[in-house]
Amino acid sequence: MGYSDGRCVLSSKNNSSVGRIDVRILSLPRALLAGALAILASMGPATAVDPVKIGILWPLTGNAAAAGQASKAAAEIAAEIVNNKHPELSNIPLAATEGLPNLGGAKLELVFVDHQGVPATAQQLATRLITQDKVHALIGAYQSSCSFTATAVAERYGIPFMVGESAALNITGRGFKWVFRGTPIASDYAATYMRFFNDMKKQGNRIESIAVVNENTDYGTSVAEQIEAAAKKNSIPVAIRIPYSASSTDVSAQVLQLKEKNADVVIFISYTSDSILYMKSMKDLDYLPPMVIGDDTGFSDPSFIPAVADIAQGAMNRSAWDIGQPGSTTYKINDMYKSKTGRDLDDTSARNMQSFLALADALNRAGSTDPERIRDALSKTDLKPEQLMMGYNGVKFDETGQNFLASTYLIQLEGNKYRLVWPDRAGSAKLVWPMKGWKH
Amino acid sequence: MLLVQVIVGGLLLGAIYALFSSGLTLIWGMMNFINFAHGEFVMLGMYVALLVVVWLGGGPGMFGFVAACALFALGVAVYLLLIRHVARGPMLAQILSTFGLALLLRYTAFWIFSANFVSLPQTYLSGTINIAGILMPVPQLVAGIVAAALTIGLHMLLTRTTIGSQLLAVAEDRAAAMLMGIRPDRMQALAWGLAAGSAGIAGALMAIAYPWSPSVGETFGLTAFVVVALGGFGSVPGAMYAGLMIGLIQAGSAYLFGPIYKDIIVYGLFVALLWLRPQGLMGRA
Repeated sequence: MGYSDGRCVLSSKNNSSVGRIDVRILSLPRALLAGALAILASMGPATAVDPVKIGILWPLTGNAAAAGQASKAAAEIAAEIVNNKHPELSNIPLAATEGLPNLGGAKLELVFVDHQGVPATAQQLATRLITQDKVHALIGAYQSSCSFTATAVAERYGIPFMVGESAALNITGRGFKWVFRGTPIASDYAATYMRFFNDMKKQGNRIESIAVVNENTDYGTSVAEQIEAAAKKNSIPVAIRIPYSASSTDVSAQVLQLKEKNADVVIFISYTSDSILYMKSMKDLDYLPPMVIGDDTGFSDPSFIPAVADIAQGAMNRSAWDIGQPGSTTYKINDMYKSKTGRDLDDTSARNMQSFLALADALNRAGSTDPERIRDALSKTDLKPEQLMMGYNGVKFDETGQNFLASTYLIQLEGNKYRLVWPDRAGSAKLVWPMKGWKH
Repeated sequence: MLLVQVIVGGLLLGAIYALFSSGLTLIWGMMNFINFAHGEFVMLGMYVALLVVVWLGGGPGMFGFVAACALFALGVAVYLLLIRHVARGPMLAQILSTFGLALLLRYTAFWIFSANFVSLPQTYLSGTINIAGILMPVPQLVAGIVAAALTIGLHMLLTRTTIGSQLLAVAEDRAAAMLMGIRPDRMQALAWGLAAGSAGIAGALMAIAYPWSPSVGETFGLTAFVVVALGGFGSVPGAMYAGLMIGLIQAGSAYLFGPIYKDIIVYGLFVALLWLRPQGLMGRA
């Protein structure tokens, strides 16, 4: 600041009749003085509470706006948990204390930007957050295609980027040093589905072929490819794979193709409007497969249940989030979220929240806003299952930055709520096979 | 059999394309004016339908009528407050004015209705009719038939009535129409009202079948332009045929080649046809 003030004086005096050298002599002490003042100011007691800035990139408008807005509310709750005393959530790191203790109780300050689901915009906004807003770390970016471009910017500038919940494989594994990902990824999900199918077959449910329907950007393509590969390995035939554009306004032709192939399970890797449209078109064309599995995302969007709950009864979805029993930490977190938004916390937002909390933990352990030290702390992250709000086996990053302890459950729509049905464990509801759809 | 099903689906979709495109072609024919906010009019029609259902508990007949009236009023207001003034300005001002209006309407809708997807409850006109193994979802069927009837009605209004003749007279030669005692301003306000009203009712019809959010206008706006260009600028029957064709080609190519190829085929044929016949199917050269 001080230096640039000095420059400003220099250039304005240049236009006057005063000579160039005189100006330098005049302005140099001023610049030094201003600089010294700035340093003094920053050394004062204010330092202790200088906030740590986290730049957050999500689609706050556009097709996936509902998911972005839901995650924004979740991040605000997470910041609230870190910034204020919440002894009732004491198993969550940083909940019981105020701010980041190792940084003198510094609070987290969130800077939200809206990339509208456009990868190029995500890239520009990541640059802006780093160069202009001077954020200390980044989180984002929902759509895998947007995370892909935004993380490349963070890597170039050397600022840590926590990928909250994007699932495409190619985001990590590019040799990047500054990118970390808390969520399970495409290959984890594919493996989970296969374990589930084998389990179902053992229980006597027929799964002779599956169909895979995917939106055709990074997210859908990556997950669908992993599922196809895993199915091949488990010798489950993929009757048909249908890639489509998530902005489609009519999907009846695709539903007819599915109807013709008549697979036992249809997996949808879809965003919001398209997943609603598929459910409605399936009912209109009277096509009810024995089971529909939604790969989270659209099926977890806050708009999904109000729109199609009555015709998609028994549809399954994956989730690493479970509200749990009253009194549990997850239940209390859900209460906080519910009083803010009027809705239960969904898996997508919850995975973002977990990634946020893991980043906060690393920021605290770094004890500094120096990017190198934050990165170092992130790479040494080791959170145990009991320190998490999600059903992961922990948070620990491998050399590509991927959390290799992340995992997921499967849930099923019953009435207006998803219930945890697989894997079988205490407190889980009973799986209904085949699904009832609209025939209930 | 499946192919017949695909064709039926494509035609039903095409009828709705035809209805919301006919308004756009009407304004072009009347005033040589491109309305970039047309897709937003469709979007507003959808929200009017939602409000009627939520607040008044009205059925499809009621919300279709209310959406048509509300959007008719909006169309007239837009003409009187905005278009009348910028129409005298340079071409660029005309283009940017409706583009600005589109953004204003879209983000106002974001502000009021939030970005969440909404849809009408299933109970309205839900169900499916099965005719000899061909499944016709009632919402799409009703929407398609009403859309086709309204498009034909609009065409009749333009060609068979005094008002229609007056509208066309203003389009043909404004000065001569004034000498005949026709008030061009009134006629053009009426044209904007009709155009927006038909977009509104098309939106209300689509709301029965599809989920939507405030950004839906973008998609519909683009489709409307393609339909109008293909059918011939200014021709309502052209919009009708082009709408049906595009619906049919989209459904057919999505089924035969896969959904990600359908737009390649639609726009490929579109460009090829314009190359052969730049005035569109029914346009005047």
